[in-house]
Amino acid sequence: MTWRAANVVAVHDETATARTLALAVRDWPGHVAGQHVDVRLTAPDGYSAVRSYSIASAPISDGHIEITVERLPNGEVSPYLTQEVMVGDELELRGPIGGWFVWRMDQTEPIQLVAGGSGIVPLMGMIRSRRSAGSSARFRLLYSVREPEKVFYRDELRTLSNQGDSVVITYAYTRVTPSDWPRPAGRIDAPLIAMGTWPLTLQPTSYVCGPTSFVEHATDLLIAAGHHRERIRTERFGATGERK
Amino acid sequence: MAIISRGFSGRRTPADAKLPPGQYLTTDFPVLSAGPTPRISLDRWEFTIDDGSNVLKRWDWKSFRELPSETITTDLHCVTRWSKLGTSWEGVSLDVLLADLKTDLPYAMFRSYGDYTTNLPLKDVMNKQAWIAFKYAGADLAPEHGGPARLLVPHLYLWKSAKWVTGMTLMPHDKPGFWENLGYHIYGDPWHEQRYSNE
Repeated sequence: MTWRAANVVAVHDETATARTLALAVRDWPGHVAGQHVDVRLTAPDGYSAVRSYSIASAPISDGHIEITVERLPNGEVSPYLTQEVMVGDELELRGPIGGWFVWRMDQTEPIQLVAGGSGIVPLMGMIRSRRSAGSSARFRLLYSVREPEKVFYRDELRTLSNQGDSVVITYAYTRVTPSDWPRPAGRIDAPLIAMGTWPLTLQPTSYVCGPTSFVEHATDLLIAAGHHRERIRTERFGATGERK
Repeated sequence: MAIISRGFSGRRTPADAKLPPGQYLTTDFPVLSAGPTPRISLDRWEFTIDDGSNVLKRWDWKSFRELPSETITTDLHCVTRWSKLGTSWEGVSLDVLLADLKTDLPYAMFRSYGDYTTNLPLKDVMNKQAWIAFKYAGADLAPEHGGPARLLVPHLYLWKSAKWVTGMTLMPHDKPGFWENLGYHIYGDPWHEQRYSNE
């Protein structure tokens, strides 16, 4: 797999700690929603560091992709990507990588997305892929996030949820809720799974992405609610927050 | 020729010298799994060795735990680039499980609860290179880390150390397991950075 030059064409802050980078990638071969890329930084003396980031953008083949990077305390690469990088900089990238945690446009079954924090990124890639493909697959998103200010893609998700044939979105806040929110802040639980996910009769495929503890908890709840384990795909982030 | 990243110096530690190329050091223990964590009760746990048509060996939890075990201290290298040094395990060596088995079949497909599989050359799980581990850092192995028992093959990337392992099928030819079918390397040597199938 070859390293490709990637030109930073736009940057956009999603939250106080997360930034989306739009990259123009030379000879980008295209990707499937849910896949990730390796990004390589190289110091003047040749030292390099590589990390993986999920692709947030739809697989349209104009050679542009977007990644959203959450800045980690004590991170090596994420502080650079969220604070140093400017439009016009060149990075190195290879991919796409991953063939399991993906949504393909020919999938027609109902899709249940469950995001914990920055685990929303590959799931947003799936939501955008559905839209760009004109798919009529039914999508539903349960998005667990610490507080309203930590929501990625806020305006786009709001627009999507206001459209008729679209994605049904349920937010769950773990620390701080909006002022008039009906549910107190806390971890997702069985009632929220019952209210915020597709009924079993629809036989959905579920994609769960987030920190390990979140994914363990959410998949246990889904299985307890009767979902088949073979229809649940997971992607976990370690305690460091790096993609695993 | 790599592109120099303006203003990037990186964060290096003396321990980096002990790491395979492209790895960084972590002190926590991240988890990578394709699906939900299976919960396996010990009274229905088993480990079997078969040749594709006949079961050659079978242990239940009680007979497995009566086998001689050993402690292992080893470094772990995950394909997602973290490495963790000096981890401590207890397990049964594959040498013990394979001891009185006569076979000419040179490959094995390891099978897990939850339908995970991974392929290995038989020579890579013999001669003190692989264990079925049931304790980590002195405690019973947690389900999210592969408990009650997982394969431990520390000289290869960690996806080869199948969690929730329940058996191995001996094979005449190598064939890809779960991740090996999804773009990851057929062998997975971290010191040669064999991450993906096309490198």
